[in-house]
Amino acid sequence: MTPPPFAAPASTALPNSAQAPDLTPQVGEYGVPQPSAAEPVFTIRDLSVYYGGNVALKEVSLDIMPREITAIIGPSGCGKSTFIRCLNRMNDLIPGATVTGDVFYHGQNIYAPEVDPVAVRRRIGMVFQRPNPFPKSVYDNVAFGPRINGFKGDLDELVENSLRAAALWDEVKDKLKKSALNLSGGQQQRLCIARAIAVEPDVILMDEPASALDPVATVRIEDLMQELKKQYSIIIVTHNMQQAARVSERTAFLYTEVDEETSSRWGILVEHGETGLIFTRPKDKRTEDYVSGRFG
Amino acid sequence: MQSEARTLGDVAAGVAPAAIENRTGIGRRADSLFGLLTLVSGSLVLIVLGFMVVSTTNTALPIFSSEGLSFVTSSNWNPADGNYGILAFIYGTLVTSIIALVIAIPVSLGIALYVVEAAPRWVRGPITYAVDLLAAVPSVVYGLWGVFVLLPLFLQPAAALLSEYLGFIPLFAGPPSGLSYFGAGVVLAIMVIPIISSLSREVIRTVPDADRYAAYALGATRWEMIRGAVIPRSRAGIVGAVMLGLGRALGETIAVALLVGSATRIDPSVVRPGYSMAAVIANQFQEASGDHIRALVGVGVVLFAITILVNMAARLMVWRMVER
Amino acid sequence: MGRSPSPGESAGAKVSDINSARPAGRRLWTNRLASAAMLGAVLLAMIPVGLILSYIFAKGMAAMSWEFLSEPTPFSFRRAEGGFLNGLIGTGIMVGLATLVSVPLGILAAIYLQEYGRGLLANLIRFFSDVMTGVPSVFVGLFVYTAFVLPFGFGAVMGAAALAIIMLPIVVRTTEEMLKLVPLELQHGSFALGASKFQTIIRVVLPSALPGITTGVLLAVARAAGETAPLILTALGSLTITTKLIGEPISALPLLIFDGARNPFAAGQERAWAGALELLALVLIFTLLARIVASRSKISS
Repeated sequence: MTPPPFAAPASTALPNSAQAPDLTPQVGEYGVPQPSAAEPVFTIRDLSVYYGGNVALKEVSLDIMPREITAIIGPSGCGKSTFIRCLNRMNDLIPGATVTGDVFYHGQNIYAPEVDPVAVRRRIGMVFQRPNPFPKSVYDNVAFGPRINGFKGDLDELVENSLRAAALWDEVKDKLKKSALNLSGGQQQRLCIARAIAVEPDVILMDEPASALDPVATVRIEDLMQELKKQYSIIIVTHNMQQAARVSERTAFLYTEVDEETSSRWGILVEHGETGLIFTRPKDKRTEDYVSGRFG
Repeated sequence: MQSEARTLGDVAAGVAPAAIENRTGIGRRADSLFGLLTLVSGSLVLIVLGFMVVSTTNTALPIFSSEGLSFVTSSNWNPADGNYGILAFIYGTLVTSIIALVIAIPVSLGIALYVVEAAPRWVRGPITYAVDLLAAVPSVVYGLWGVFVLLPLFLQPAAALLSEYLGFIPLFAGPPSGLSYFGAGVVLAIMVIPIISSLSREVIRTVPDADRYAAYALGATRWEMIRGAVIPRSRAGIVGAVMLGLGRALGETIAVALLVGSATRIDPSVVRPGYSMAAVIANQFQEASGDHIRALVGVGVVLFAITILVNMAARLMVWRMVER
Repeated sequence: MGRSPSPGESAGAKVSDINSARPAGRRLWTNRLASAAMLGAVLLAMIPVGLILSYIFAKGMAAMSWEFLSEPTPFSFRRAEGGFLNGLIGTGIMVGLATLVSVPLGILAAIYLQEYGRGLLANLIRFFSDVMTGVPSVFVGLFVYTAFVLPFGFGAVMGAAALAIIMLPIVVRTTEEMLKLVPLELQHGSFALGASKFQTIIRVVLPSALPGITTGVLLAVARAAGETAPLILTALGSLTITTKLIGEPISALPLLIFDGARNPFAAGQERAWAGALELLALVLIFTLLARIVASRSKISS
């Protein structure tokens, strides 16, 4: 596997922010752009999630850089999905879930009381583990987001551009009015990506987007991500470490801690940094065990 | 391809990403307004039910207070003299419903067990369809058919046979009539069979196959398997299904009104004419006035109370079963 | 899974006991008898199915004519001419009005139960909708009589109110069951695109559940069309055609059939048979439509 193609910093126009403590990850010989050049998309501080009083994710602090792919890896049950669902407030939809700590999106705390979770999700798109197209036509799936957001423009053009951006246009341009459920799994997942792009988000969250797909469809999604990161900041949860190594610039490793006495378990962030460093020279023993175990 | 995608938005054009802007007032209010609307609609069920009880009880109140307890303990119903005792109707409602259940329970369970446990695959669908068809027939059609077809064809001869051979028992004493508790009970049975059998079928289906195999593995015959594994597992659900059938039988009006014989007294013999609560309301309402109407509303209130109790018990039983 | 219940007394028996401890013949005989009884129950139930359908078809077709479908009822049961058009129109008006009222309310109530309701109130509503499906329809008629007919008189609106109350819990419960079947992933997909709860319900949840909801509505319509007892107390019945919604008694097919079944004259009875055929055909069409919609939705999902 060739090393991931590294993108040039997409934006240098942003003013450097001093509001959040500097927790930006180590950089080095792998060529990842200097983080100081860009303001983080997300500045996450002491983020904890509780389900009905039981802690599921404990005190995660992390910065997410723009126009990059950040991979979240870790053993199953370590709270990867829980973590990513905090970033667009999808956890709000789960009864009994509470979130503490702060998630700054471009300096704005999305958990501030005056922030509307619905508005958050309009800026931060999400693609799910299993493709979940609506039982509507291909066209209506992509047009769904713009329509509910009161899009006033050429909807046909937006749909076409979104489908092109998701590398799906050529396959579906003749069946835009057919049900999306007739597409293959890989096509459905790319349709879901097109659907997310159509609302013109800033960030795309991907929760194991290829885990339900065959290898060929997986490669197509990964190629697509390389295109998308030129315009979007992408955060991907994956249980597949090769995938993380292939696609991402930075990787965060989550791990499950167990309380021996109560046998309750929760996820913590062990370390994060440049993907190359995490996989070759991890600082933490647990990361090393996980990474080498899976690779061995 | 990239150039086209680049037209997508400000973000792509290198403009600083917009801050999260809350929805304008309407969007946010639509959510809570809609939630409120659904809450009101949901509460309507409770409000209507409450209003039903209050309005009817209120109308019947003068009769309840003038008749007192004798409203339900006396069987002297004589609107011309202002006597309103409804015991004969309560009796008739219970007796016709019991007759219906005595016939319907074994038949319904037989159907349900046959369809789930014994029937070849290809007959399951047709049997289910045919029985469900019975559920779709309106009760007035049952009544019409009962009076003009079932009465001469079966009810009259059957009543005559019962009183001829079992007439020494007061329960079957003559002179026999097809228009009777028995006649109404038979038609009611036909009407509740689809209810009890379809619900029992669903319940029996939920018995895990593992239980069946366990019984077979111990050398059980099919019937032993059903008795040992299927029935105990589904007993609560079947009881619930029977109770729902009972609820339907208690409240059934038109078919009973046409077949029960319209006699306003208690007859110990089931092959003699009688009355039921629902039937007396339907039959006498159009020519009633004043206190007579209030008394008929009072009959309805008592009927409502009885069916509600039966229904609540049935629902609780089915719910408990489902939750387990 | 726990230990399975023991199958009768044979639970502790060893395989070799089949031939020694209990005679195989008797057990097999019991088994055969039970199988025969089950089959017998099915055959017994088929008798009324066959008898009802064949008689209604035969007697109904004998009295059926274009005149029956297109003329109102004559003022005397003795007279042979005329038909049940007054009843058909009344049934159409009242069932239509009842559907217009009960379906939106029922769907909204179901949305409350499935999407908003938590805790005691939701459980109470759910429980009493269940209970309400078991309330005798004649009692619903009595309620509408005491609450609305006494102040405003008999009429189509009163009949429709009674039918709406009968339909409401059916629509609520079937719709709720259908909403439950909509995958949560679809809702999350919608939320993730920045849809509000309202938008998600209107644009994703309801369209996905539409076939199932339609099935429930059609079954509720079929049930309402066949109701007789509540209409006696609210619509009263009429021998002339009326389309007035309030202040004038109105007829319905079941009411005319009921009258025909109670009268001693052959002409009136024949009309009742034709009416029964007409009503049963209507009800079965709605039931059949419900089944078709239901089976269609299974294929697509």
